[in-house]
Amino acid sequence: MAELLFWPALLLYGEAAVGYLGDVRRPGRLGRAATWGVRLGWLAQTALLAAEAVRDDGFPWGTWASSLDLFVWLVVSAYLIWGCRRAYRLLGLAVMPLAVALLVVARAGGGTGFGGSSRYSSLFLVLHVGLVLAAFAGLTLAAALSALYLWQERRLKRRPATILRRRVPALATLDELALRTVAWSLPLLTLGIAVGLARLLAQGERLDAVIAATVVSWVVWCAYLGLRLLAGWAGRRAAYLALAGFALVALVRLALPAGHFA
Amino acid sequence: MRRLILVGTSHHRAPVELREQVALGREEARALAARLASGGREAVCLSTCNRTELYLAADEPESAERDAVAALAALEPAVEPALYRLHDRGAAHHLFRVAAGLDSLVPGEGEILGQVRHAYELGSTGRLLDRVFRQALHAGRKVRAETAIGESPASVSGAAAALAEQVFGSLAGRSILLLGAGKVSEQAARSLRSRGAQIALVANSKTSRQEVEAQLASVDVVIASTNAPGLVLEAETVASTLRRRRGRRLLLVDLAVPRDLDPAIGELDGCYLYDIDDLEEIVAETLSGRRREAARAEAIVAAEAQKFHEWQASLEVVPAIASLRARAEEIREAELRKAESLLGRLDESQRRAVEAVTAQIVNKLLHLPIVRMKQAAAATEGVLYAETVRHLFGLGEDER
Repeated sequence: MAELLFWPALLLYGEAAVGYLGDVRRPGRLGRAATWGVRLGWLAQTALLAAEAVRDDGFPWGTWASSLDLFVWLVVSAYLIWGCRRAYRLLGLAVMPLAVALLVVARAGGGTGFGGSSRYSSLFLVLHVGLVLAAFAGLTLAAALSALYLWQERRLKRRPATILRRRVPALATLDELALRTVAWSLPLLTLGIAVGLARLLAQGERLDAVIAATVVSWVVWCAYLGLRLLAGWAGRRAAYLALAGFALVALVRLALPAGHFA
Repeated sequence: MRRLILVGTSHHRAPVELREQVALGREEARALAARLASGGREAVCLSTCNRTELYLAADEPESAERDAVAALAALEPAVEPALYRLHDRGAAHHLFRVAAGLDSLVPGEGEILGQVRHAYELGSTGRLLDRVFRQALHAGRKVRAETAIGESPASVSGAAAALAEQVFGSLAGRSILLLGAGKVSEQAARSLRSRGAQIALVANSKTSRQEVEAQLASVDVVIASTNAPGLVLEAETVASTLRRRRGRRLLLVDLAVPRDLDPAIGELDGCYLYDIDDLEEIVAETLSGRRREAARAEAIVAAEAQKFHEWQASLEVVPAIASLRARAEEIREAELRKAESLLGRLDESQRRAVEAVTAQIVNKLLHLPIVRMKQAAAATEGVLYAETVRHLFGLGEDER
């Protein structure tokens, strides 16, 4: 019965995605409705995940599809921190369609139901999968902030007469938030990778392509943080680097079914 | 019956030469309101650069209006033909439009709401003006919260400050370099300073180039408005400072004609250049946006005016309702007294039950007529209903 919670979550996230699209054309009521869609959809998905955890007596996200379900929840959770503010509604246009698409993929892969099992120990899953997915969610949000930065910067350069019509966060704010989000997410990714490597060594298994891509993305995000904090990188260059890092994160997420969960 | 009266003039009716003759300072406005409020009246004097309006609540509207006209004519006799006179619903609707910024020169301007509040605080108010001014302030806040009428700047200087906020967010601690000091650039600098920015240097023809270049490496905003015949700042000069700026953004506002700043500066990484044409286009777009929002704001104001009208109209039937309730209660108590010999045999709890039942019967009988009277009060037949009720129930006949 609790599986039915998937549908309100999907419908409300879908409503939010459409609402944010409408808000671009006519800011106001649609944007507010979209924000409520995110909040209520998040509650429905939280209830679904909690029910899964209770029913499966532990950590039920051991398959790629169920981990995708958890990943969507983490991304929306991270978005909710800022998404309720009016100036950040545009960010929802980047986040919510992605959340809807990934939730549908998770459903198609059987990741939103009950009775999932894993060949891994629960402790390993909680630490490795939990940390890596939380980090990926943060990095996805940082990439969305960077995309919004590039869009707003392009507008400021092109100087349209309508530049002040829409409330968008200031360039400096977007830049700072992206940096802070990465600064929080990178330690989680580092720990998640370390736990995974420790288990790999203990089991005597080999590195695979997914692990290699994850490590490369970790290097890119380390470079992002280093260049920003030490070399004074900011603005457009940093935003492009964040998008490159996100491309690797997306690659790892897409490669998971063929790698870790095969 | 207490009536609301408005007598005043504004930029719609009177040129500035006339308005300045009837403009009042805070103390003058307070004194005039106190003077007009004598004899049990209420009065508020709203005086801004665009309007001087007297709001009065009085039981004899004709003489109150005459006094208000005389008070303004005493300041300047020529103002009389430019005065408008509004009553009750019309006066309230006008005040709500004023508070919402809909009657302002620039629709949705933000200062007027504070000016209305100050006028109210300085006035001599009672039940009617308290209600209408509180509701006006509520309407003004509601319009600003539910529409985008006041969100965008309506002047070149305001647009420059809003652009700076789009780039930097909070302007607290940001520094400004002024190249030349024309009137518009001074206004723009003032607008930025009011948001927390600081002026690092005002450069004129005597300022050395090295000094300007040194400032360029550290400031956040450059505002240029010199009378120089050619470019004052080339793209190469700005480009040479970018390394020292370490990625910090630079907003450049060129208010001069001919332009002071090389248009190629806008192509540099982290530099955002706006000239006077860009700013004027932004302001024109903003104003058209405000006018679009004004239609939504008018609907909010009209709804508030209707609420006020209903409240004021209900005052007309309140005495009749009070008399009706008193009469019914009087009859109930009299009938209970008559039945005292029978009720004497009842114990305390039975007596209380009889009291409650009879009170309930009276309330139920009166409920619908009272609701209908209040509803009718908002329409034109409110007084007729009140008179009919008085006649049918013989209310007030004892006094006659």
